[in-house]
Amino acid sequence: MSLTANPRRYVISIIFIGVAIVMLLRLFFLQNFEPKYKILANDIAIYKKVVYPPRGVIIDRKGRTLLSNTPIYDLMITPRNVPKTLDTAELCASLNIDKPAYESILGKVLVRNLEVRQSPFMELLNEEQTARFQENAYKFPGFELIERNIRIYEKPIAGLMLGYIGEVSPEMLKKPRYASYRQGDYTGLSGLELQYEEVLRGQRGVHYLERDKFNRPRDPYRGGELDSQEISGKQLELYLDMELQEYAEKLMANKIGSIVAIDPKTGGILAMVSSPTYDPNLLRGKARSRNYAKLYREATRPLFNRATQAMYPPGSTIKPFTGLVALNVGAITPNYGYPCHGGYGGCSRKIACEHSDAGHAANFRAALAHSCNSYFCHIFRMTVDNNEGQTVKQGLQLWHDYYTSFAYGRQTGIDIPYEGKGLVPDSNLYNKMYNKSWNSCTIVFVGMGQGELLLTPLQMANGMCIIANKGYYYTPHFVKSIGKNEKDTLLRKYQEKHVVLNIPDTTFTIVQQAMQDVVDHGTAGGAKIDGITVCAKTGTAENKAVVNGEVIKMQNHSMFVAFAPRENPKIAIAVAIENSGYGATWAAPIASLVMEKYLKDSVTYKRKAVEDKMMNAKLINRYVYTIDSVIRLRDQMVYEAKVERKRIKDSISNAETNSLYNKWINYKLKRKKGI
Amino acid sequence: MSTIRKSLFNRLDGIVLLLYIMLVTIGILAIFSVEHRTTDTSLIMMNKSYMRQVIWLGYSLFIGFIIILTDSKFFSSFAFLLYTICIAVLIITIFAGVDVKGSRSWLGVGSFRFQPGEVAKIFTSLALAKFLSLNETNFKKLKNRFIGAAIALTPAVLILLQKETGLALVYFTFFLVMYREGLPIGILLIGFGAIALVLTSLLIDRITLAIILTGLTILIGYIIRSTLKRKIGARIILISVWLVAIIFSQVAVPFVFKNILQKHQIERIYSMIGIEVPNEYNKAFAPGDEKKEKTNSSEYNVLQSKIAIGSGGMFGKGYLNGTSTKNQFVPEQNTDFIFCAVGEQFGFVGSAVLIIIYISLMLRIIHLGERQRSDFTRIYAYCVACILFFHFAVNISMTIGLAPVIGITLPFISYGGSSLLSFSILIFILVRLDADRQVLIR
Repeated sequence: MSLTANPRRYVISIIFIGVAIVMLLRLFFLQNFEPKYKILANDIAIYKKVVYPPRGVIIDRKGRTLLSNTPIYDLMITPRNVPKTLDTAELCASLNIDKPAYESILGKVLVRNLEVRQSPFMELLNEEQTARFQENAYKFPGFELIERNIRIYEKPIAGLMLGYIGEVSPEMLKKPRYASYRQGDYTGLSGLELQYEEVLRGQRGVHYLERDKFNRPRDPYRGGELDSQEISGKQLELYLDMELQEYAEKLMANKIGSIVAIDPKTGGILAMVSSPTYDPNLLRGKARSRNYAKLYREATRPLFNRATQAMYPPGSTIKPFTGLVALNVGAITPNYGYPCHGGYGGCSRKIACEHSDAGHAANFRAALAHSCNSYFCHIFRMTVDNNEGQTVKQGLQLWHDYYTSFAYGRQTGIDIPYEGKGLVPDSNLYNKMYNKSWNSCTIVFVGMGQGELLLTPLQMANGMCIIANKGYYYTPHFVKSIGKNEKDTLLRKYQEKHVVLNIPDTTFTIVQQAMQDVVDHGTAGGAKIDGITVCAKTGTAENKAVVNGEVIKMQNHSMFVAFAPRENPKIAIAVAIENSGYGATWAAPIASLVMEKYLKDSVTYKRKAVEDKMMNAKLINRYVYTIDSVIRLRDQMVYEAKVERKRIKDSISNAETNSLYNKWINYKLKRKKGI
Repeated sequence: MSTIRKSLFNRLDGIVLLLYIMLVTIGILAIFSVEHRTTDTSLIMMNKSYMRQVIWLGYSLFIGFIIILTDSKFFSSFAFLLYTICIAVLIITIFAGVDVKGSRSWLGVGSFRFQPGEVAKIFTSLALAKFLSLNETNFKKLKNRFIGAAIALTPAVLILLQKETGLALVYFTFFLVMYREGLPIGILLIGFGAIALVLTSLLIDRITLAIILTGLTILIGYIIRSTLKRKIGARIILISVWLVAIIFSQVAVPFVFKNILQKHQIERIYSMIGIEVPNEYNKAFAPGDEKKEKTNSSEYNVLQSKIAIGSGGMFGKGYLNGTSTKNQFVPEQNTDFIFCAVGEQFGFVGSAVLIIIYISLMLRIIHLGERQRSDFTRIYAYCVACILFFHFAVNISMTIGLAPVIGITLPFISYGGSSLLSFSILIFILVRLDADRQVLIR
């Protein structure tokens, strides 16, 4: 063989190179001009995992947790991975279910999802089930516990104020507020949970994970550079005092009514009770809808927030304000007296007064201390009839303006939803009621807190803040700081000082002095707290219920408003107890105990008897249940009648369209025949 | 003669060794990228394939070192003996082989397993080189050509009997070597013609094909009718070609498909052509396989492989970022489909670099072959180049959908001890022989 080049060497080399070029061309097109493979690769290998951050925690003014999260477990199943040899008896035993139940759940899972998909087997396992399953988890391949958080209320208090969460409904999803929500997400449905949903919820995170052939998530995709981190919900710090709230709720046990306690310097709500209460833990998790229905049916309406929604005639507790306005418009001077002898005869009807001894209304202070009806009816008339050349309408309007500036007859703007407005009558209302023929005598009861005037307990407490602060208030609110930031934009409106119509400090001093007299030697002796100057006013509000068109006079509401200490007000309070009698009997001691508890941290031993009496008193009348069932029956009948009417209307309109159609057919037929 | 005075190690071909080391390194990195998990605490984990591959590389280098120290005459002297032993081992394997995924091509001793079919390439190369370089061999004689073909194809037949079709096909690459040594081009063309015939007989209905073939023969006969009139030989050739084609397409192909090829092989071939397996060849499932659904697994493999490579783009996803290969979407991804790891992580640029390294290695080996004084070394070099080429071309083509999926490895890169060891031995024997290129080896 020679060493000269053989031409076949080049043929073979060319074959080698040719094949390589073909492969390179194919690779070039495959890798650069077929984007579908990139999409496919991402589809099969990248798994988008939505991570829900923990919802914001709610704490009280001293940092004690009111509402937090707790992990719960869902048991998930991947049917394909469950071996045939699984010890079902043991699994059933640890889950505390029987075999038929196991098989029925498994059947449902298989129908709903495919064998390979992981799907829920049992949701919200209780502690015992979780513990027993976890112990033996290695024996049950194909089953997996998945952790998620649910809300937990540390103590069964303040349920209506804290609110609750639930799955977002399809109707809600249509609203712009819920644009970023998806089916199955949780959202606040009432109370603070609803009001502060946006800050409590935090921000969902999206993690891109690589998954393998068996659909198991593995490493973060591209080291997690595309991930958006979840942001935890912000913590809400409340003004609420957990201990005080609990104490107040105890005092209100077995009574219908409410307590609102506000710090006058900030407008922060220290305690808010609407009684009867319920355990907020009932309204979470899978039992929520069932328990909700149960609570909704209760005659005492525990889901109705009486503190912000119930409207009561304030009774005598309005008298400081009647006086305040009368003094400020110049209708009376502090020394003005009225010769009351047990009644007011200035108008055609005689208005009874509790006192008949001479001089009990010798001046403003005395009249307020003794809560003289005659005096306040009279000065109310003087207020609206004040000044020559002014009609009663103009006078009432001026009075109305004052009350509006006290946040009466309108929403205060508290940071829980569905607040009631109350009612402050104006001339329009009376024109309608009395066909324009009315005068100051017609509306005289408003001066003593009866008649058309209606206030919510929240408004009453806020009114106390105004007197305590001598002319200003902050909108009552719960939240002190959001995520430790007291200057959050959401809180800005609660830091605005609202100054009421220009009333000089001296006028407030007179009213405060009179209110102090109420406690020191007036109707509210039971509200005295050792070493603290309490200013207060009792009230006993007459009220009526309308049942089946009949007006029934009910037992009086026991009302009480107060603030303390006078020199440096720290708490303003309003207590309303429905149908229980005199304000001095029930509402005053309860308010006083709450104030003492707040101001002194504990109630002195010598008041233990009062405390026990208040806590143990059962003041829910039996007729509450009767009236409730009557009202519900009537509602049911009204509803049925409405449905029936609609049915009749529909069938009539159907018949009409049918007959129209018949007429048209006949018309057509006739024309055809005619031709 | 001056080079002979240089020491042995200085006479070794540095370029081949360098390319060899590059490829082996790429291989270990590729296997590592497929197997590495971020949760792994240590790089050295003995249960991982890449560590085993490192150990196999150690064995390979050790054996390579021994080969370098061996006298170059040893390989030619013992070529036939080694070949005979090798054939014997292949025969034993048919009966004593361990069943691995339907093929019985593995011999097992305890936990150690190896594939004689991989190693047989070395001895077949040596034997073929020895036979063709013998002084008494005149390759122009038909008898010698048949002996050459027999040397090359005997192992192929034995491996076919072990049901490892892919590996058997490698031995057909020796015809390229024989072509270099003087085999007429016609035989290669007939080979390609036969492949074309197989494909058409699979694609086209049998009776239609017979009509087409007959029509084609008549057409050719009409065109060359003057030649046919003048020469009887031409008539005989034309008619015999027609007859062979008809018999091949009507009898041979159906027979092979029905009786010889395995279910998965039929599926692979049809998947490459891109049509469904016809009912005629659709084999009943083995009794044990009853539960398995009829899924075209090789089609799935190729799709996953294409997804992995195609998603790599121009520059790839970066080392250890291959979502498809890392997460086991590509089947057999550290053996037959290891190229996906390169294609996905390094993109077109990386793939091209790899292909260029291979082509450089093969051209360098041809260059070594052509500079030899002795025919034995030259023929052996061509054997090595052709085996590498076949493996390289078919393996990469099948990952990108250019060839049917037949289970053969990517030399030096695929995971597997037998494969790495046999290719290393091939290379080291070549380097050893080349070191003595001034010596005439007989």
